[in-house]
Amino acid sequence: MKLIIAIIQPFRLEEVKEELYKAEVNLITVSEVLGHGRQMGVAEYYRGTKETGNLLKKIRLEIAVNDNFVKPTIDAIIKGAKTGEVGDGKIFVMDLSDCIRIRTGERGPLAIG
Amino acid sequence: MKPFIDSGNTAWIIMASALVLLMTVPGLAFFYGGLVKRKNVLSVLMQCFISLCLVTLLWVICGYSLAFAPGKGSLAGFIGSFDWAMLKHVGFEPSPYTIAQPYARIPHQLFMIFQCMFAVITPALIIGAFAERMKFSAFLVFTVLWSLFVYAPVAHWVWAADGWLYKMGVIDFAGGIVVHINAGIAALVAALVIGKRKYLRAIPPHNLAFTVMGTALLWFGWFGFNAGSALAADGLAVNAFVVTHVAGATAALTWLVLDWIILKRPTILGVATGAIAGLAAVTPASGFIDVSGALFIGILVSIICYIFVIFIKNWAGYDDALDAFGVHGVGGAWGTIAAGLFATPAVQAAYSGYFYGGNPHQLKLQIFAAIVSALYSLIITFIIIKGIDLVIGIRVSEREEAMGLDVSEHNERAYTVLE
Repeated sequence: MKLIIAIIQPFRLEEVKEELYKAEVNLITVSEVLGHGRQMGVAEYYRGTKETGNLLKKIRLEIAVNDNFVKPTIDAIIKGAKTGEVGDGKIFVMDLSDCIRIRTGERGPLAIG
Repeated sequence: MKPFIDSGNTAWIIMASALVLLMTVPGLAFFYGGLVKRKNVLSVLMQCFISLCLVTLLWVICGYSLAFAPGKGSLAGFIGSFDWAMLKHVGFEPSPYTIAQPYARIPHQLFMIFQCMFAVITPALIIGAFAERMKFSAFLVFTVLWSLFVYAPVAHWVWAADGWLYKMGVIDFAGGIVVHINAGIAALVAALVIGKRKYLRAIPPHNLAFTVMGTALLWFGWFGFNAGSALAADGLAVNAFVVTHVAGATAALTWLVLDWIILKRPTILGVATGAIAGLAAVTPASGFIDVSGALFIGILVSIICYIFVIFIKNWAGYDDALDAFGVHGVGGAWGTIAAGLFATPAVQAAYSGYFYGGNPHQLKLQIFAAIVSALYSLIITFIIIKGIDLVIGIRVSEREEAMGLDVSEHNERAYTVLE
């Protein structure tokens, strides 16, 4: 079992979701986050004052998957999120020690699916 | 009787002009702004605000003159002239133009600025059709051209003393033809030419509270729109005020009932939509109908617009994003025809409709005027939008659309995440 966390551009969320559905991954958690990578934010102007280094809006996806779904999930995220420009984001993969479905009490890989 | 300036009339029309301004900003701006996605709300507020600034300038430079100055020769019935450009001859003597009286007893310049507010809100209504995907630069060019080539001529046809529809006897008390059919058909054309939004699914409005506030401000301003169109502080203005209020309330309640039956829940968005439909529909009839006519107009407009917004739009597959055509265009067309059905001599002795005066002629005139103005708006709007598209392109790129127009077009955000 792995937990995949991806940080992506907000305007690619629709494409990523579509690719994930195609890969039959439909249990995802989505949150709005702020951050910056190499790009160091954008410059916005308010009444002539330049605001640099603003944290950028990003979307954070959290997806728990069984091992056979790790690669398809990563591929789907890349396919949906890649624009080829700075700021496309990152994917983190980490081990998941357990997963419990609250309604039934199921544990482990059974609970993820 | 020699014309004179009536201080009561003047006070009321100054106030009414301010009320009609309130309809565009903040009324319409927040009505539409609440309905779009969070990433596009500033673009809508910007478009409404700029309609106000841009059209006002056009209006004093030449728009008012083209709409209301006496026309020349064979074109007299179709378009004004440049005689009143830069407000030349538009002073403080009594206004020579009015719908109901040979002389409105208000300063001419007051009539000009009252009409200016109508010219401002009409192109702003069209914003609802192309929301979330039109370039700001294209919007500016569109608003200028549309105001000059569509709004000014149609206003002249219906409201100028030498307008050809006015002379035929067509009645439009406060803008069912000039404002609502005109903008509504243009909205349909705009939606068809610009195409659907990329991610077209049932995205809920980002802030319905804005939409409700905008609706309430529109309603408040509408009293200036309709009761102000009497151009006097008299019984006719009171009649227009009352039937406007009754039709708006009736239509809002009707929409609520329809929602409850069809969607199983009464929704505030439905109530707001119904209110706007009712107010739009009663507009052309408000100086000619009594309260019974207002009830009929209010009930039927919601049924008709509901069919257009919920069923026909999805069946036909056009993306009139915020239902500018389905509510304003359809509602205005119904009201224009309804004026020919429900006009009663009890309100203005000179006018009667099919039901209250057995006058089929007025009804035929209203239907004719609705069709002619719709066709004109359709053809000219199509030419304008296609032309803009060929020269500078009308639509933002797919990436910009996905990012939202607030950031891509204006480099601003409406909502911060932290702080």
